[in-house]
Amino acid sequence: MTHFIEVGKLEDIPQLGSRVISTVAGDVAVFRTSDDEVFALKDSCPHQGGPLSQGIVHGKKVTCPLHNWVIQLEDGEVIAPDEGCAAKYPVKVENNIVFVQL
Amino acid sequence: MKEKLVLVGNGMAGVRTLEELLKIAPEKYDITVFGAEPYGNYNRILLSPVLAGEKSLDEIMLNDEQWYKDNDIALIKGKKVVGIDRKKKTVTSEDGTTSSYDRLLLSTGSNPFMIPIPGIDTPGVISFRDVYDVDQMLDASKKHKHAVVIGGGLLGLEAANGLMLQGMHVTVVHLSDTLMDRQMDSVSGNMLKTSLEQRGLQFLMEHSTEAIIGDDRVTAVRFKNGVEIAADIVVMAVGIQPNIALAESAGIYSERGIVVDDTMQTYDPTIYAVGECVQHRGSTYGLVAPLFEQAKVCANHLAEYGIGRYQGSVTSTKLKVTGIDLFSAGDFNGDEHSEELVMKDVSRGIYKKIVIKDNKISGAVMYGDTVDGAWYFQLLRDETDISDIRDNLLFGQAHLGDSGHGGHNLASQMSDATEVCGCNGVCKGEITKAITTKGLFTLDDVRAHTKASASCGSCTGLVEQIIASTLGGDYSAASNVKSICKCTEHTHEEIQTAVKAHKLTSYRAVIKHMDWNTPDGCHACRPALNYYALAAWPAEAVDDPQSRYINERVHANIQKDGTYSVVPRIWGGVTNPKELRAIADVADKYKVPTVKITGGQRIDLLGVKKQDLPLMWKDLNDSGMVSGHAYGKSLRTVKTCVGKEHCRFGTQYSMALGIKIEQLTWGSWMPHKYKIAVSGCPRNCAEATIKDFGVVAVDSGYELHVGGNGGIKVRATDLLCKVTSEEEVIEYCNAFTQMYREQAHYLERTAPWIERVGLSYVKAHVVEDQANRKKLSQRFIESQSYVQKDPWAERTTGDFQKHQFVTLKEVS
Ligand code: SRM
Ligand SMILES: Cc1cc2nc3c(=O)[nH]c(=O)nc-3n(C[C@H](O)[C@H](O)[C@H](O)COP(=O)(O)OP(=O)(O)OC[C@H]3O[C@@H](n4cnc5c(N)ncnc54)[C@H](O)[C@@H]3O)c2cc1C
Ligand code: SF4
Ligand code: FES
Repeated sequence: MTHFIEVGKLEDIPQLGSRVISTVAGDVAVFRTSDDEVFALKDSCPHQGGPLSQGIVHGKKVTCPLHNWVIQLEDGEVIAPDEGCAAKYPVKVENNIVFVQL
Repeated sequence: MKEKLVLVGNGMAGVRTLEELLKIAPEKYDITVFGAEPYGNYNRILLSPVLAGEKSLDEIMLNDEQWYKDNDIALIKGKKVVGIDRKKKTVTSEDGTTSSYDRLLLSTGSNPFMIPIPGIDTPGVISFRDVYDVDQMLDASKKHKHAVVIGGGLLGLEAANGLMLQGMHVTVVHLSDTLMDRQMDSVSGNMLKTSLEQRGLQFLMEHSTEAIIGDDRVTAVRFKNGVEIAADIVVMAVGIQPNIALAESAGIYSERGIVVDDTMQTYDPTIYAVGECVQHRGSTYGLVAPLFEQAKVCANHLAEYGIGRYQGSVTSTKLKVTGIDLFSAGDFNGDEHSEELVMKDVSRGIYKKIVIKDNKISGAVMYGDTVDGAWYFQLLRDETDISDIRDNLLFGQAHLGDSGHGGHNLASQMSDATEVCGCNGVCKGEITKAITTKGLFTLDDVRAHTKASASCGSCTGLVEQIIASTLGGDYSAASNVKSICKCTEHTHEEIQTAVKAHKLTSYRAVIKHMDWNTPDGCHACRPALNYYALAAWPAEAVDDPQSRYINERVHANIQKDGTYSVVPRIWGGVTNPKELRAIADVADKYKVPTVKITGGQRIDLLGVKKQDLPLMWKDLNDSGMVSGHAYGKSLRTVKTCVGKEHCRFGTQYSMALGIKIEQLTWGSWMPHKYKIAVSGCPRNCAEATIKDFGVVAVDSGYELHVGGNGGIKVRATDLLCKVTSEEEVIEYCNAFTQMYREQAHYLERTAPWIERVGLSYVKAHVVEDQANRKKLSQRFIESQSYVQKDPWAERTTGDFQKHQFVTLKEVS
């Protein structure tokens, strides 16, 4: 079991935006919604690997920048009728500091 | 406690209303459904293919019983409701089952009309309405030979075709001399008759039925002229009558149908009605597309959203007989005030008639080649002034200057294996299969499930035609006022007007003011709202980077592998050794894998890592170069030819003029990409006649062309006007550009915009109205004063938007 890693402050991530954490196992996208919830997904679209961090965030969803698949931030599931799932990582925010469990 | 909603009539309109309701207010009601038929909800439209043996009942189920369970809906099937007690608010079925309601929804459909003639009750006389009828017909076809179908309308012909395919000898009897006379004029009706005869159907036209003959079972049909023909079954398909018996018995005001207002409410405010049983503004409907519009509005009011009104529908029809393409819409017979455009090519089996009134399409009938049906229908409902395209109207949308897709336009003649969508490799068979097995109705559904027409869109007409011939109606364009996306009911126009009128300067302001039903909009509406605010309020609006597509957010084009490309602006396509050296140096320094000359007269550095972008931009800025906006819904390139500067044929200085225009227009945000070109003589080497704004120099001045593009659907420009000086070129260019910026829908290029509003309209505002032209031009100049900042330079100095280019954290 890996532990939570501090990745930055909440305000480092723009609202309705995303930042990338680069890891040996590939990039992880950290998203912030308009009401300051934070989610982390593998930065690779289940469709053709598009970088989800570059998409448009709306509600608790992100639209992939390459071909507009829509992915749920809470569980990485792709919205039907498209199918697939992006790996998700647990996140917690304490005192404005964002931690991700990688 | 949840409120109780009871639905009477488990058919297409009623259940669609529930589906819409569950989407927006899933928790609001405890729902009970009464259905007289012993099934879940099936696609009644597809009973014809079931009869023809092309599909099974399972294949046409829209909502099986599991669906009702999954959504906690109590389905009481096989029970007909016979009474409504409006005081106690209960409904009761034949066997005494009673349910109470807070709101009641009636969707009882219609009853087939049975002509009151002697013998009509004889066994073997059936209608064509539900699964029971189809079972009876299939059963009869196994035991008997002769079928007579009374009624040569849509239903009658589909029944006849099905029975014939089941091996029966079928005669269709029709009262008038034209088949489908409610949908067809006499020419197309006759073409249809000929091709059905070739398939083996018999017709008795202008025959009026007098009596059905037979004791235990029908044996013959007799006509008023004395003729008698043998019949083992008789299918009555002469029309339908809204089923209002239940409503009337409860004293709910009904005329031909149950009368409802624009919110689908009956005279009893707790009771709503949708579908074929209703009468709205004096009309009743017998096709699914309008019923689905009603369902949407009704669901909205049941959810107490209070938005959305049903305003009636114009319908279009197709006949679902495999191999026959036929389309009709609106008033296709015309009257003394209308004109007709007709094309008739009997040996190719093609007939098209467009009825025009006051320069607008009021109706259309097509037989054989129906690929443009959806387009005519769109023009009809948009009430587009067609005077500018009248010359080519009959030949179809493709002839508005398109060289487009590979020549397939007869959907019925395409094999299942023919590729329809070239972008996503989708074949016809996949589309028809998805429509029937997944219960799809609209273009959007088909796009979502198959990806056909979801990318470049050039196959949209074909896909619409396939939907229409599979489902028998035009669903793709069900609503004539299209909302911008699923987050709202509002149209582009309504939003643009509100942005101006209420000074909405950000997407947030729009969402709030116009009551969006999602918290932050979506990837489709947010970029549009951001643009509308910027276009209307150039000084005040706050640009929101998170509401822009990635390309515009980081000022570079994203590539398939997540790298980016860099295209510096090369003014008018004219460069010099210093710029070229700087580009070469940058390419070396950042190990750019590919350097390419673009189709827009400049140089593309492809495969750049995101974090290198600001560094490269800095180097390019230092050599005097700025962003080329190759990524934006913005001014792209101004292409020029050599011109009078060097060319022996040049009549004006096209390079210098092109550079001047680019310097005035660069940086501006647009509804879509915007390209300009300037050619030095009519040889037009800069291809100005396929640009959004094109200038072709002639000896006496400059021809100004608008609304062209290469790309998916090549469209040559329309001539806007001719001017004599460079100053005028610039004023017209500014004015045209600004009018497009202010009025087009987001993601609508100049070509479709002009086709929608008409060239005359554009000319009236830009050419004929001098004062308006000057105002437009002035507004463009003002708006430019806020945006002509190089976005690259902004990002290479200081921390502006720096988070876009650096990772949050490296974890090893
Ligand atoms: C780089 C370039 C191809 C090249 O190497 O020549 C190019 C590349 C792209 N074009 Fe293009 N177009 C390029 C010139 C053209 C031209 C030729 C021209 O401008 O004279 C056309 C046809 C003319 C026209 O636009 O009228 C053209 C018609 C399109 C279209 C279809 C537009 C249409 O209205 O039908 C698209 C799709 C779109 O915009 O939705 C498109 C979209 C694209 C995109 C942006 C696709 C995308 O969304 O990612 C491509 C980016 C590739 C990448 O990975 O960076 N590109 N594209 C050209 C850049 C020119 C420049 O200097 O800025
Ligand atoms: C063979 C055929 C082909 C068609 N082809 C096309 C086509 O190509 N394109 C097109 O657009 N349209 C077509 N239609 C028309 C289309 O099917 C109807 O417009 C649509 O089904 C009407 O929906 P509705 O909900 O109003 O009625 P229905 O779908 O008929 O549903 C009404 C339901 O209510 C039930 N009901 C009635 N009274 C009661 C009661 N008192 N208690 C309980 N239940 C009750 C009925 O049994 C029925 O199941 C076709 C129809 C038929 C029959
Ligand atoms: S550059 Fe243009 S034509 Fe070439 S693949 Fe990309 S979008 Fe298609
Ligand atoms: S890679 Fe994400 S939608 Fe295609």
